[in-house]
Amino acid sequence: MRRRRMIAGAGAALFGAPAVAAESTRIPAELPDGTREVVHFVNPSDKRRMLCLTDRPPNYATPVNVFTDAVTPNDRFYVRYHLTGVPMSVYDMDGWSLSITGDAVERPVQMRLSDLLDMPSNEVLAVCQSAGNRRGFVDPHVAGVQWTDGGMGCAVWRGPALRDVLKAAKVKPEALEVWLGGADKPAVEGTPLFRRSIPMEKALDGDTIVAIAMNNAPLPVWNGYPARLVVPGWVGTYWMKHLTRIEVTSIPLTNYWMETAYRVPAGMFPVERPFVSQATETTVPVTELVVNSLIADPLEGGEVDRSGFNIRGVAWDRGSGINRVEISLDGGHSWQDALLDRPLAPYAYRRFILATGAMRPGTYRLMCRATSRTGERQAERLKINPGGYHDNVPRAISVVAA
Amino acid sequence: MLAVFGGVVGCGAMAADAPVPLRPGAGGEAARANCNVCHTSDYIVMNSRFLTADAWRAEVTKMREAFGARIDEATAGAIIAYLAANYSVAGKP
Ligand code: HEC
Repeated sequence: MRRRRMIAGAGAALFGAPAVAAESTRIPAELPDGTREVVHFVNPSDKRRMLCLTDRPPNYATPVNVFTDAVTPNDRFYVRYHLTGVPMSVYDMDGWSLSITGDAVERPVQMRLSDLLDMPSNEVLAVCQSAGNRRGFVDPHVAGVQWTDGGMGCAVWRGPALRDVLKAAKVKPEALEVWLGGADKPAVEGTPLFRRSIPMEKALDGDTIVAIAMNNAPLPVWNGYPARLVVPGWVGTYWMKHLTRIEVTSIPLTNYWMETAYRVPAGMFPVERPFVSQATETTVPVTELVVNSLIADPLEGGEVDRSGFNIRGVAWDRGSGINRVEISLDGGHSWQDALLDRPLAPYAYRRFILATGAMRPGTYRLMCRATSRTGERQAERLKINPGGYHDNVPRAISVVAA
Repeated sequence: MLAVFGGVVGCGAMAADAPVPLRPGAGGEAARANCNVCHTSDYIVMNSRFLTADAWRAEVTKMREAFGARIDEATAGAIIAYLAANYSVAGKP
């Protein structure tokens, strides 16, 4: 059975807040000084008003005000590349095809976009979040692209399930991993190609799809046109963009990106379904998202109405769903429950809102913290790890009531 | 930059804005020449100033060993000294 979720018009009634939220203009103060020297707002490629972290390779964060909506528009969706050889327009993808080979398939195949279009498709509303999201706020700072909290977005992804695509190549029982490759290329020969793998169990999950549409439109070039893998509940590094190459194999993928990058200390972040073939005694790959939330309105440093204002934002997790969002107006001393919008889908943002009521004039430190259906609540203290991953400590933003 | 084409689809090395100028100083020219090849040298500025001199040494070693940067030993040494002097936490005002 194919699941099709109703997504159109989601949340229109209760959360029909003002359509035009203020655009954030601030560069967050917690970023390293040097980062604050390089980042700036720009309109890159087919996007508008993004926070540019680096332009070569393209790394653009979504401004926080965009997360007043449960679905992130394509032209505001974050961009993340490691390598500089990236397509600059959809025309660079002319002649695109997807090969499926490997020692664990019986019949290697090559597919064109039209083949994917002909297959039955699945629709998944899911958050794509960079593993390094919020790295720039981690204290003490660690090396890497210094992401704000805008290294993420939530979209309606549509395309055939990966398991249906793999079926064409007849997967053998000994299959262990699906190795992924995209079209982006290193600037010099010695740099390892950006290749990642996922375990068979996740590959065969019906929600893991080869997306050929994003929010009912072709994928923007820098979000993976014409096809990207969607791995709901897992960090963005597995969501291979411009997916050109799949190998189904009986052995684990070994390369820099799997063995050295994107890893966390074993046991630090519990997961539901461990990626066993990539685990070692000391480290495991970053996979499932941790529960998290953010305030998108009001904005840091904003002035709010002391007769009462709304605090709005989104919460998300690895796919169990959000059960509760609490808000603090006093930097985390006391908490009260926010009102939750109806859940749209397991892997989607869930919106929250809290009307403050009248307040004394002054400065307030607003925070939010989410709890998932499985009882996982955002961490109180950062679990320090070398890559600066999974920072879900509630973050305070200051506003002035006048 | 030269375009890098290959495979069925074309992905050109991209034109981009000029990076934030690196601070003047001994070794700065070597850093500019070598640390703009695979990414903008904004990666250096972005990662300042919180790394120690040793952490910068490790970064340059990583660029050579993990990512295949063709930088000889002497040049690497000069770049590390430059990064330690200009972009490490010790050099923070
Ligand atoms: C051969 C290619 C190459 C060269 C030359 C190169 N780098 Fe890198 N560098 C990379 C890649 C690939 C990344 C990862 C980029 C990403 O994930 O966004 C990176 C990332 C970085 C980062 C971010 C932290 C990290 O470790 O991911 C820093 C800092 C950095 N490089 C500094 C330098 C410096 C300093 C030089 C000059 C000595 C240099 N790079 C030259 C390939 C290179």
